[in-house]
Formats: sequence, C-alpha cells, structure tokens
Amino acid sequence: MSTPLTAEIAHHLAARARWRPAEIAFWLIALASVIALPGWHLLLTQVAILGLFALSLDLILGFAGIISLGHAAFFGFGAYVAGILAARGLVAEPMLALVISGVAAALLGWATSFLVLRGSDLTRLMVTLGLALVLYEIANRLVWLTGGADGLSGFAMAPVLGWFDFDIAGHVGYAYSLAVTFVLFLLARRLIFSPFGLSLRSLKENALRAAAIGIPPRRRLVAIYAVAAGYAGVAGALLAQTTQFASLATLDFERSADVLLALIIGGAGYLYGGLIGAVAFKLMQEWISGVTPQYWGFWLGLVLVLIVLVGRAPLQYVRAFLPRSHLASAALRSGRG
Amino acid sequence: MPMALETVGLERHFEGIVAANHVSLSVEKGARRALIGPNGAGKTTLVNLITGMLRPSAGRILLEGEDITDQPPDQRARLGLVRTFQINQLFASLTPLETIGLAVSERLGAGADWWRIVGRKSEVVQNIVDVLDRFHLTDVMYERTMTLPYGKQRLLEIALAIACRPRVLLLDEPAAGVPESERHELLAAIAALPADVTVLLIEHDMDLVFAFADRISVLVNGAVFVEGTPDEVARDPRVKAVYFGDDLDA
Repeated sequence: MSTPLTAEIAHHLAARARWRPAEIAFWLIALASVIALPGWHLLLTQVAILGLFALSLDLILGFAGIISLGHAAFFGFGAYVAGILAARGLVAEPMLALVISGVAAALLGWATSFLVLRGSDLTRLMVTLGLALVLYEIANRLVWLTGGADGLSGFAMAPVLGWFDFDIAGHVGYAYSLAVTFVLFLLARRLIFSPFGLSLRSLKENALRAAAIGIPPRRRLVAIYAVAAGYAGVAGALLAQTTQFASLATLDFERSADVLLALIIGGAGYLYGGLIGAVAFKLMQEWISGVTPQYWGFWLGLVLVLIVLVGRAPLQYVRAFLPRSHLASAALRSGRG
Repeated sequence: MPMALETVGLERHFEGIVAANHVSLSVEKGARRALIGPNGAGKTTLVNLITGMLRPSAGRILLEGEDITDQPPDQRARLGLVRTFQINQLFASLTPLETIGLAVSERLGAGADWWRIVGRKSEVVQNIVDVLDRFHLTDVMYERTMTLPYGKQRLLEIALAIACRPRVLLLDEPAAGVPESERHELLAAIAALPADVTVLLIEHDMDLVFAFADRISVLVNGAVFVEGTPDEVARDPRVKAVYFGDDLDA
C-alpha cells in the first residue's frame, strides 16, 4: 500500500550507514601522514595501535555498555602470542601471525566472557581487573615461554606478506599498523550499523526490554566481547611485531587505564572516539614529556581532570560531522539524510 | 486443542509475602481476557512470572501446550509470548524506526546478522512500515524516543510488542498515564489487535476492561478470586465488596 514510505524508509536506513565527508577526510589525513610525516612514523605507529586498542574497548563499552578495567589482558595476550610465534619461528609471516594472535585473544575473550557478563558494572570492573592481574602473573611465571620479567625480545620479523621488510625508521611498521587498523575499523563500522550492532545498543539501553522482544542478551554480549578481545589482541600483536618486543608492560594495569582514558578523551559510542582519543592522548604525552621529562604524569593527569571537568566539549563537537546514530545530541538529528 | 496460555498452580513468595498463590489460568486461543484486581493483588507479578522475568516458587506455565517454565524471557518472546510494560520500557536514544526495526529484524532471523545494514532486506522494511503505519508513528519515526510525547511512547510500547508478532500478548495497563487527548488513538490500536492474537489485559480502567474483554479474572491477594464473563463479574457481590474496600486485604 505505502510504497513511497517503504522506499523512503529503506533509503533512510541505508543513509544511516553512509560515509560522511568528515570521515573520509579523517582517513585521507591518516593516509597522507604515511607520505607527509616520515619523521613521525614511530610515534604514529603507537597512535595507530592505541587507536585500534581503544576502538576495541569502544565496541564493548560504547556499544554494549560493558565496562572493563583489564582490557590489557587481551592486548598483552595478543602481544605474547605474536612474540612467541616469531621468537620460536612457528609462523614467520607477520600478517598470518597477526591473524592467529587475534583469533587466540578472541578465544580467550570468549572463554572468560561468562565471568564478565554476570553482575553489575562494579563486579565487571573487579573481574576484568582481576583477569588482567592473573594473566600478568602467569606471564611473569612462565619464564621459559615468555621470558618472564625480561620479556621476549631479539626476535627478527620476516617481511610483511613476504615483501615489506620492517625498517628501523618504522615506515613499514606504520603503514602496516595503519592498514590493519583501517581494515578492522571498516569491519567494526559494518558491524555497528547491522542488526547485530543495533541489538547491542538496545541491550545497553534497556536489557530488560531487549530480552522481552526476543533478543538473547548473553549470546550477543559474548559475541561482541570475543570480537573486542580479538581486536585488542591484534593491537597487542602489532605492538610486539613493530617493536620486536613483548613484555609484561603489555599486560600492565597502566595499559588498561591508558586505553580507557584515550576512549574517554575521544568519547565512547561513535567509533571514532578511540582513534581521536589515541591521537590526542599520545600527542599530549609526547609533548608534555618533551617539556618536562620527569613529571609528565602530573601534567597529563591535570589535563585529563580538566577535560572531564569541562565536559569534553572541545572534542565532542567533532561528532557533529561523524555518523550520527550514536549518543548524539539533538543537533545531530537535524537535516536527516 | 491446547490452551493458548495456561498456568498451573503458579506460586511466588517474596520473603513471607505470597505474591502469587496457586494461580491456575487457562486462556483459549484468540481470547480477550482481562485480569483485574486491587492494587497489590499480584497482577504484575503474574505477568512477570508468565514472561519469565521472575521465576516461580512452584507451578508450571504452558504456551500452546508446551511447558516453558524453564525458558528464559527472550526464548519465550521468540516463541510468541510477548508483553508490554506498565511503565514504558523503551530504548530512549533510538528512534521508533530503529526500535521497530530491531524487533522485526530479530523476528525474521536477521538479528545476529553483523554484515548487512539494518533494513537491507525489503521484507524487514515492509514489516516496519506496516507496524509504524498501524500505530500512527510514521510522523515521529525519525525522532528519538525520549523526545516523544507520552501518548506516542505508549503507542510505541505496544507497537514494539506487536512487531514481534505475538501469539499471546500480555498488556500491562496500556492506558496508564495516557492523557485524555491521546487516549483515543491508543484504545483504537488495542481494539484493532488481530483477532487470532490471544490477549491478556491488565487494566484499572473498568470502561476499557468491560469494552474489551470477553472474560475477566479477578485477582485478590495473589489468588484468582472470581472468574467469569463481564456480566457475571459485574454482578458478583464479592467483586463489589473487594472494589468498594471491604477488608480482604486484612
């Protein structure tokens, strides 16, 4: 009967997922940095890795409402898997090793999800924190496998895809990290606009009603938790591969805290928050530690407190130009596509 | 032919209080059953038990002859046992379009699809349009739910249940709090529910109850007190006693 309406709605739903100019600009700038900022590649590699890691946290925190204080568990696990694969010569090709590390971390996420998905936010904080601590101590103990407190180092990386050799200035490492981050971002973007992604948002907003309309809460949350763990594992593996080093620091509480801060700075729930937050966090860290090497933590802390007090306003207006289906303010509803 | 919905000796105790006391209800397919009773009679507890939001202390629940007592709420909803809530339970920052799309995607088995964009299937879109149209929500379908007038939210509350295409629908005080001006739209929507859907209506508004129900169960202190046709219930002196405040709560 109402064919025009059907067409309009189909169009509207399709438009929700369309790329906005600001998004395209964002990735063009990222691409440009590969060519235009060769001197920054080592730092930018760290940015890309933290960005991917924060994107992973955004998937569970921003979209599914699962808070974690121990997300480094999966980051570190991925780093060690990649490190061990390389150090023992099990899988030489980095890209394949990266996939294996991600899958291994996803499996760990899946296996531990039953612990995390019960209880309230507070229990989740405690359980995720506890899991990361447990993993840290295991890595510390298994010296024969992980190198213990010394970490795993001295492994040489084979060229990516058999072609691109990692160089000391980090050009290949950056291009590789950025490409992986971009591909995983594309998948995440696909996911959040899908029915699955929508059901996650419904669970975050009102789990009671979501279940009442037939959405299985546990299955959906386990799935996204495993996916996010896999993303974190890939980020960790990227770090191990590009620095040729896997250490206990990858499992440290500080890493879990950093990623949470990066995500909060950028804002959770619209997919770019982790990436923007990672850029802001790393640049700030770099700049402050350049000015005052000993006390950068003080200034970083101060800036963070200020950001939260000011309500993250400076960074939040960026959202107006990004996909508008999430956490958006009334302003974002104007002029529907 | 089995009953659409049946409860057998359903009980629920809260720390010494009996919120459901051996409730045995049988609702036949396509029925319009109303469940009435004074405040605190255990009506919402019963809905929570039937839909799995609460676990019974004893008793069984059958949906079209199938025992669903141990099924989680989401499974019951997928089997066609769907409810609305006395206090709106909606997704505040989603739009009605997204909200209905969510339920329709889920029902058509696309809920776990993580690759396609919502609404890529034309069947999904057609179903969304049908529901939004039927509940007069198309004019606000791009607004965030939290910004809608209360009457519209109330309509969405019911539309969301209908989007699940229930076989048995439990309406928990659908007209509660709806201003007079928006009431007509809501009552029309309830009157227009498909005839093959079995409806269990909980309501305080007696005009609505007597206009809608073909059979009424009166719940008092967690137990079925009287059951009969609207005429029988209206004439029953015991019901009058309950409603005009003669003890029984004591």
